[in-house]
Amino acid sequence: MNWFIKAFTSTLGRKLVMSLTGLFLIAFLLVHAAGNLQLFHNDEGMSFNMYTVFMTGNPIIKTISYLLYATFVVHFLQSVIITIQNRKSRPQGYVKNVANANSKWSSRNMGILGTVILVFLVTHMVNFWAQYHWSEIPKKTYYTITFDGDEIHTAMKDTVQNIYTREQSMQMQNPTYENKVTDIKVHRVKDLYKTVEIAFKDEWLVILYLFGMLALSFHLLHGFQSAWQTLGVNHRKYVPIIKTVGWLYSTIIPALFAAMPLYFYFK
Amino acid sequence: MKFQLKIWRQANASVAGKMVDYTIDGVNPDMSFLEMIDVLNEELIRKNDTPVAFDHDCREGICGMCSMYINGRAHGPQKATTTCQLMMRHFTDGETIYVEPFRAKAFPIIKDLVVDRSSFDRIQDVGGFVSVNTGQVKDANNLPVEKEKADMAMDAASCIGCGACVAACKNASAMLFVSAKVSQYALLPQGQPERKIRVQKMVAQMDAEGFGGCTNTGACEAECPKEISISNIARMNREYFSAGLLQD
Ligand code: HEM
Ligand code: FES
Repeated sequence: MNWFIKAFTSTLGRKLVMSLTGLFLIAFLLVHAAGNLQLFHNDEGMSFNMYTVFMTGNPIIKTISYLLYATFVVHFLQSVIITIQNRKSRPQGYVKNVANANSKWSSRNMGILGTVILVFLVTHMVNFWAQYHWSEIPKKTYYTITFDGDEIHTAMKDTVQNIYTREQSMQMQNPTYENKVTDIKVHRVKDLYKTVEIAFKDEWLVILYLFGMLALSFHLLHGFQSAWQTLGVNHRKYVPIIKTVGWLYSTIIPALFAAMPLYFYFK
Repeated sequence: MKFQLKIWRQANASVAGKMVDYTIDGVNPDMSFLEMIDVLNEELIRKNDTPVAFDHDCREGICGMCSMYINGRAHGPQKATTTCQLMMRHFTDGETIYVEPFRAKAFPIIKDLVVDRSSFDRIQDVGGFVSVNTGQVKDANNLPVEKEKADMAMDAASCIGCGACVAACKNASAMLFVSAKVSQYALLPQGQPERKIRVQKMVAQMDAEGFGGCTNTGACEAECPKEISISNIARMNREYFSAGLLQD
């Protein structure tokens, strides 16, 4: 056990923790971004609200979400320790230092970028996560009708009623006619979509989100490839792949997230 | 050539230092940076001033003694060049040149531009060697080594231990130095028996000396006069984690 603790409190061990937690967060953000694409469906939030029910109900996903909260906390605490230790390593700085000549800005400012992400994250959690879990948010009803074996999802009560009454009248005219509607399900779910819609009418929140995503992008432009170097994956075969994937990830994912507040603000 | 020099002067570790301005004229463009300071020092001695203390030995880029943070860069602006090999023709006439010591908690200032780099020696002392005498040169092919590994070991072994990596790193991290020493032995057959214990001891000593961690900024690699690659740091990470996790 001794070597285990030592391995995780050494400079290398702490960095390993940063790398593993960072990569887990990267994996999470990919899923999160893909899931949130449901926000762009123009269906009164049905896809999105049903998706949130799935995400908060499924026990496996629930377990992973606790792991995720822990990961954020560990990544954050470890980053504070690392940053303080690193600063202590040079008590007196240079009068003239041309850091741009040998390294990228983002690589030197991971702590600042992380802090911006943290501010964003707290606001984000208070706005949506806490709302969803802790306070009464209005509910909305969606319907699933099984028609001729196909499931049709809709937010429109009228649609459901129209289909059903049409089938009934067909049956009335022709007693041998089989009603094609075999099932109607009614879902009453929390309307998080509405919460999102309202929240993003506030320009300050939109600006904070854009700023947060910009910071995330720069954090990952360095972090993505750095995490692999920390793990010891540095090979002329893999480095170009890691750099390309890292660049694509760090630009596309934050851009997708940034598109969400913009979409609702201008909607 | 004529230069405005701003040089860090500090009598010893216990007093505060400051940048002091000097003007130097008649510099031969083919002088090295150290020779330029030599000329300045002769002038200072003539004026009964204290000459600027600085480290140097071989003056041909192999001993790793010279240091200096010149114009905001370790060993100055020239790529893959030690201060002793940096020529004045690389500067423009009339330029203002900042000269500071390498700065790190683990490199305390002794005087002016001279810093105490014995922390590197202590890291070497705990594992940067092969404990047994490996004897005379063997017959060729007696102990086969893959060409690629021999080359990588040679590249790592070209580290002269000057400390530019520490000086350039925003965290004053010694990872490039330590990883070069670890790699050099991890890649060769003679290094195998002590492979695991070496990396663990050297990393522990590096941490004890107060060097910072690695943020993978790549500044060390960019400023290293011997162009040691940060792939050595990745190797050290692999060596360290596997030594810890896969202990026999
Ligand atoms: C809570 C806010 C966050 C803070 C305060 C933070 C802080 C940091 C810091 C200071 C580092 C650099 C450590 C060093 O000097 O080596 C770092 C690295 C990293 N972070 Fe974050 N971060 C945060 C959020 C995130 C998020 C959301 C992700 C991913 C989606 C992420 C992914 C990474 C990665 C991949 C690395 C690189 C690890 C390595 O170099 O091995 N971070 N973080
Ligand atoms: S004096 Fe020997 S390397 Fe510069």
